[in-house]
Amino acid sequence: MAEALLRLERLEKSYGALRVTDAVTLDVRPGEIHALIGPNGAGKTTLIGEIAGQVRPDAGRILFAGEDVTRLPVHARARRGLARSFQITNVLPDFTALENVALAAQARAGSSFRFFRPAARDEALNGRAAEALAGVGLAARGGIRADALSHGERRALELAIALVQEPKLLLLDEPMAGTGREESTALTRMLQRLRGSRAILLVEHDMEAVFALADRISVLVYGRVVATGSPAEIRADPVVREAYLGEGE
Amino acid sequence: MTARAAEDRPPEAPALPAPAGTRARALGRLLVPVLLFAAFAALPAAADALGQTFLVSFATRVMILALAAMSLDLILGYGGLVSFGHAAFLGIGAYAVGIAAEEGLTEGLAVFPLAIAAAALFALATGAVSLRTRGVYFIMITLAFGQMAFFTAISLSAYGGDDGLTIWGRTEFLGGTPLEDDRAFYFVVLGCLAACYLLARAIVASRFGRVLQAARQSPGRVAALGLDPFAYQLAAYAIAGGFAGLAGALLANHTEFVSPAYMSWHRSGELIVMVILGGMGSFHGAILGAIVYLGLEEALSHLTEHWRLLFGPFLVLVVLHARGGLLSLLPVRPRDG
Ligand SMILES: Nc1ncnc2c1ncn2[C@@H]1O[C@H](COP(=O)(O)OP(=O)(O)OP(=O)(O)O)[C@@H](O)[C@H]1O
Ligand SMILES: [Mg+2]
Repeated sequence: MAEALLRLERLEKSYGALRVTDAVTLDVRPGEIHALIGPNGAGKTTLIGEIAGQVRPDAGRILFAGEDVTRLPVHARARRGLARSFQITNVLPDFTALENVALAAQARAGSSFRFFRPAARDEALNGRAAEALAGVGLAARGGIRADALSHGERRALELAIALVQEPKLLLLDEPMAGTGREESTALTRMLQRLRGSRAILLVEHDMEAVFALADRISVLVYGRVVATGSPAEIRADPVVREAYLGEGE
Repeated sequence: MTARAAEDRPPEAPALPAPAGTRARALGRLLVPVLLFAAFAALPAAADALGQTFLVSFATRVMILALAAMSLDLILGYGGLVSFGHAAFLGIGAYAVGIAAEEGLTEGLAVFPLAIAAAALFALATGAVSLRTRGVYFIMITLAFGQMAFFTAISLSAYGGDDGLTIWGRTEFLGGTPLEDDRAFYFVVLGCLAACYLLARAIVASRFGRVLQAARQSPGRVAALGLDPFAYQLAAYAIAGGFAGLAGALLANHTEFVSPAYMSWHRSGELIVMVILGGMGSFHGAILGAIVYLGLEEALSHLTEHWRLLFGPFLVLVVLHARGGLLSLLPVRPRDG
């Protein structure tokens, strides 16, 4: 078995008396699509935040590519190859769609302490950004300000930003949330194409997408991982059926 | 381009959003600064023709404070950082000239870089602390640092203390005294303003400037891209300090006097008003704001000593009816420099 790209060791986080991350141990292997499912309020977004660095865990360790990143700030983790999408869309409203993605390409390309050449006319950055926009179906929307895009388009933009960062591990927090049937099918197909090229930790409520995409699934309930396994194993797991799938399906 | 070529456009062209509006905006971005600088360039000759020579000195002061307002706009308009201690940078630049002169250093090639560096360093040091806070705390802490500089100047008894410091001659260059001639000094100030304007526009359009503007909109997004927003905001803060330091050095030369009042929080507030009045996030907006603010102050104070009574309602009207500042009343949207 390949060594884990991401490894969480007994991660803990409480908000007051509320345990949102309860002794979570979990790994994501290189190239795998690992889905994280669980009921509302289970602590999925919090866990993504702990991995990306926005939320500081109370205890436990986060190892990424063999390195302990538990105490590193967000930007340092991103530099090492961790990219995330946000459940609540977080794009730059005053920038066009193209500028949003070009900034991500710029961050990937190296130092941004360059003061004189106009970034807007940097064809290398614009080219990569346009390509990423085309990949998520926004080819014709590059010149539109992000705050004028529809909700679904902003979700797609969020994904294009994460993809252009070319991360080793992509953390996706409900990429399908609030998008239409057609858009989520297209998104599933797109993630399918990414399979193998990079590892993905996918938080998603759309079970059809989860079972179509995931190599492995972990189930989080009240901050605790109650099961990890292949889609078939998870489907058959009695604990999971009772705690989670039973009510939804 | 000929009319024929325009007709030959591929059929998908009309799908693009309002090309006419975009072009008008691009034209405005070019036209407004060109008109402003042309007006400044023509002003001395016009003042002669009208016999209003005091205008040259007044316009010199306007350009110097416009430079300071522009530097504030870099962090306020583009960076989204409401700094309430900007006058300290201006004052430090001015005091650098005054203290250097007092100590016998009058060579411009040393004094001007010294003034710029002193203000930029002060900005770097205070910014490193201030930028760890946000929102109203950032306003408070920059105000506090500004007041510290103000009271430090008051306590400098060797350099005039409360009374300020008279400078007995304008800064020299290679032994000559080109700045002593008011007309020549006017054009030096105009040259500084134009150079800084172009430099500032280049900075906000650069990769660095993009990160700075992104950090205004969402620091969390910037960090998630692998860029530390703090580093970019601090660099912008120091650059703005340097520009303001240059304005301070020019101000000291203009008035041939430096005083703690240059650093008062009142002056910091005036600079904020200039930026908002003209239109945040546009450097020629800041210049326009300085012109209108100081112009109205001058005109109204001739009418009545209670000119602030008239000025207040004017500001209220601008803020209520022209959210983007006076620039938004022109067919130009303030953004992208
Ligand atoms: N900053 C915070 N302070 C206090 N409580 C919080 C905070 N963030 C999250 N919580 C609580 O922690 C719990 C887990 O929240 P989280 O957003 O991680 O759940 P989730 O699994 O992502 O849910 P959903 O499926 O609805 O997105 C919730 O009860 C939430 O109210
Ligand atoms: Mg969530």
